[in-house]
Amino acid sequence: MTGMFSIPPISRRAIKVWHRNLVVFARTWHVNFFPPLVEALLYLFAIGMGIGSYIHEVEGQPYVTFIAPAILTIAVMNSAFFECTYGSYVRMYYQKAFDAMIATPLSIEDVIAGELLWGATRSVIYVLIMLPVLAAFGVISLPLALLAIPLAFLGGLMFAGIAMCFTAVTPGIDTLNYPAFLFITPMTLFSGTFFPLTILPVALQYLALALLPLTHLVAVMRMLTQAAVTPVAILHLAWITAVTVLCCIVAINLMRRRLIV
Amino acid sequence: MSGASSRHEPATPPADSSPGRTPGIIQAKDLHKTFGSMAAVDGIAFSVQKGEVFGFLGPNGAGKTTTMKMIACVSPRTSGSLTVLGMDPKKEPAAIKARLGVVPQETNLDPDFTCFGNLFTYARYFDIPDRVAAQKAGELLEFVQLTEKRDVPVEKLSGGMKRRLILARALVNNPEILILDEPTIGLDPQARHLMWEKLRALRAQGNTIVLTTHYLDEAARLCDRLVIMDNGKILVEGSPADLVREHAGQEIVEVGMSDDVIECLQDLKVPYELAGDMIQIATGSSRDIVRVLLDRCKPEKVITRPATLEDVFLKLTGRKLRE
Repeated sequence: MTGMFSIPPISRRAIKVWHRNLVVFARTWHVNFFPPLVEALLYLFAIGMGIGSYIHEVEGQPYVTFIAPAILTIAVMNSAFFECTYGSYVRMYYQKAFDAMIATPLSIEDVIAGELLWGATRSVIYVLIMLPVLAAFGVISLPLALLAIPLAFLGGLMFAGIAMCFTAVTPGIDTLNYPAFLFITPMTLFSGTFFPLTILPVALQYLALALLPLTHLVAVMRMLTQAAVTPVAILHLAWITAVTVLCCIVAINLMRRRLIV
Repeated sequence: MSGASSRHEPATPPADSSPGRTPGIIQAKDLHKTFGSMAAVDGIAFSVQKGEVFGFLGPNGAGKTTTMKMIACVSPRTSGSLTVLGMDPKKEPAAIKARLGVVPQETNLDPDFTCFGNLFTYARYFDIPDRVAAQKAGELLEFVQLTEKRDVPVEKLSGGMKRRLILARALVNNPEILILDEPTIGLDPQARHLMWEKLRALRAQGNTIVLTTHYLDEAARLCDRLVIMDNGKILVEGSPADLVREHAGQEIVEVGMSDDVIECLQDLKVPYELAGDMIQIATGSSRDIVRVLLDRCKPEKVITRPATLEDVFLKLTGRKLRE
């Protein structure tokens, strides 16, 4: 068996799988475009303005401006993560789509790479829809916040890779609830999203930085939306890139082990 | 290609894998596939010639589907040699798969697309340009008589229509070899006959077809040559007619089971087999046997019928139920 960390052979045919998912997504665009729009508005009103009316400033910013990057990054995380867990699992297990695809010149590595790229693309689409809403509310700083779009791709790819690792080892679709509730939900709350990481005890801060990928993504995103980029961004981006590369490679190798017998 | 020749006179001579013959379009030698300690395919050799219909028969768990998957480059062999179109599935899977058409046992059409969409999307996986793909999809829908269902989501199709659409999908890349795993499973007689008609048409066009089936009448109708497998090994190989002649004789006389008849047959030294509540006697001339039976054994019920591939199959693989 090939090692879990060996670089899988991927051809440009991976784009075909990405394209297939895009076609299906585009055909049901009216259902797909609604959630990010509503999600952005809900967060802005409920947390930004609701809770925000009690909290006047966080780190010298209005509360709603403080959480605006969190709204974006949580969307990046959720869209890629849920696409590459439940979405990919349904295509793999219930629709047998991967079996059908690997009977063509596509390899399993191409198929999984295409799914990962698609997960990242969904993150980008979410951010593309949310940005104008946040801009309309004046809670992000343009034009620097436009860099949220490429960042969404990188962050999306990271969460797609993490998600696909879970999908590759899950015994069934129900057990995907574990990473969703034990990993994603706490991460949503404790990654410097709705309150600064510095409020946490120092030990927990380090733990969050070490184990919660969202922490790094939120940090960079906040620098972009608040137009306050510092050199620390490079460290965060390096962390994100390393984890993305690692998780995507392991995900493809795990999927190969699961599907090619 | 002798598409017009009778099913019982195969276009290719009864085969073996001996050297000196033209190398087959698919060649396997000492092919093994093990899952853990279980040998699913246990050292088989076969050679499929260009333009023939080659069948794999056997009870559940015989290793047919595993063999198909190895040929289709989706399951790597454990050991032995295998070449498809002169290439090694381990080394050049994409190049081989570009020239294969696969009808899997499980229906795995894409539920997010219509009939046309399924063919069109699948064609893209083969790098077929969109305009060619659209034209090909239209032609294939007509070939499998689904033109009217062109824009219907696949979920809405009947079982027979789904199988036909899968056959059409397997043809989008004009494959040189068609691999069919249980192509008519679960179909009603009308749908099966239509599928057979399409497969014969494909054979007449010079396609090489490899199939597995549990339906022995189907194998007898379609296959030029076939192998019967059990427990991962090939038991026999030959044309359906030859196999029947060699292993089941020409006719079968079936007699209602009773102790008297059995005793009588033992006295007469006539070889027989027990099949449920019937006694079966394979013979070259049923007339003589029936006359003797009626004169000497006083049977309650006697039926004579031609021997079939099913008799060969049951004789070689036994009557024990496989799960």
